[in-house]
Parts: sequence; structure tokens; C-alpha cells
Amino acid sequence: MITVYHYMTVAAILFAMGTYGVLTRRNAIVIFMCIELMLNSVNLTFISLSSHLQNMDGQVFVLFVMAVAAAEAGVGLALIIAFYRNRDSIDVDNINLMKL
Amino acid sequence: MELIFFYLIALVAIGSGFLVIRCQSPVNSALGLVNTFFCLAIFYVMLHAPFMAAIQIMVYAGAIMVLILFVIMLLNLGTEARKRYTHGVVWSAIASLLVLFNVMYFIKRGRVTGAEGDITSFTVESVGHTELIGKALFTEFLLPFEIASILLLVAIVGAVVLAKKEV
Repeated sequence: MITVYHYMTVAAILFAMGTYGVLTRRNAIVIFMCIELMLNSVNLTFISLSSHLQNMDGQVFVLFVMAVAAAEAGVGLALIIAFYRNRDSIDVDNINLMKL
Repeated sequence: MELIFFYLIALVAIGSGFLVIRCQSPVNSALGLVNTFFCLAIFYVMLHAPFMAAIQIMVYAGAIMVLILFVIMLLNLGTEARKRYTHGVVWSAIASLLVLFNVMYFIKRGRVTGAEGDITSFTVESVGHTELIGKALFTEFLLPFEIASILLLVAIVGAVVLAKKEV
């Protein structure tokens, strides 16, 4: 029998892996993908708890998380492109000045 | 049987997540992430949320991943990005294990409680998941829905302004 704790364990493992990726990778796009991984693990927690409690509110919240993730994808990738134009690299170790 | 299926999908999801954080090439990471999104969509179907599974595949695996792959191809990162692709592995591993330990401690020791509703899997099958989501979204959560639309508008304008030639 699958309980809500199984799903939450999978979500916790995915979240920890996303944290590791954000902290270790140097490529800005891969860091961005790891953030998406963390957002998705949170979505899995929301939906499993919503299904367990037989309540619809968590799934509506997942819709808003997806809207924020889409907005974040657009703005974040535009920032990465602007940074690449100025420095010819998307290595986060090169992002050490606020000005150009 | 269902438990074996769950463990299989969980294994694939975590393995693909491992590919995301370990692959040198960003394209391979993106493909692993798509695989993880599909596994999560299967989980949503198993949790009686088919509309969420459809949205997961259309919005995440469709729109956002195509955008990310498009930017990877556009920037055309050559061999210079492959020389050294990680930093601070030890401390990051300690930090993420700490996060994992914290969350697992709460999952093992805690009990799930909360405001229980009356939407069982039988209700979802008879009424339809999309209708239930739509009713909740357009009555109870109408104001957050409108705010989300304004957020998306701001994000569109911001992306256009940031990606212009002269900022």
C-alpha cells in the first residue's frame, strides 16, 4: 500500500539533489534546471498531501507554482542571455561585479 | 503490484535527477530533467490528479524545457564550458545531506494532519478533475488567479526588455 510518506520521501530526495546541483554546478543554465527540479519536488509534495487530505486547495496552489515557474523561466533565461552578451560566458564564477 | 510500479518510477525519477546534476553537457542535463518531469506526471496520475499530469507535461516538459533547450542551442557553449564544471563539492554535499536529513526527520517523526475535505477519488472519477479544479480556481481563488496573470504580463515585459541589444 502506497502511503503519502512514500511520495514525500521521493520529493525530499529530489529536493536534496536539486540543492546539491544548485550549490555545485558552474553553468548558469544547469543551476536554473536544478531550481526547476526543486520546484517540481515541492509540487509533488503539494499534490500528495492534497490527495491524502482529500482537499483541492493544494492542487490549485500547484497551478500558481507553475505560473511563477514559467515567469521565472522567461526572466531568468533573458538574464542569462544578457550576461552572455557582456561576458561571452555563463559561468557563475565570472559573475562577481554588479556593473558591466 | 502497485508498490513495485511506484518503486520503479521512483527509481527512474531519482536516476534522471542524478543525471541532471552530474552530466557535463547541459543538453544531457535537460533530457534528464524531461525524464524526471514525465515520472512526476505518472505520480500525479497515481494520486488521482490527471489534469495536473497533463499540465505538467504540457507546461514543464513542453514549454519550459523547450525554452531552456532553445537557449542552450542559442548560446552554443563549446568546449570551454566542459573543462571544470563543478565547484565546492564537499561542502555542498554536506549541506544537501543536511537538508535531506532535516526533511526525512520530519517525515519519519511527524504525522500528516490538516483540514480534510470531501473530495475522494470516487468524486474525482464521477465529476471530473478538471471541473473540480476549475470550480476552485474561479470561485475561491479568483484574486490569486488575477494576480498570477499580472505576474505573467510583468514577466513578458521584463524578458523583452532584458534580452534587447542595448539595455
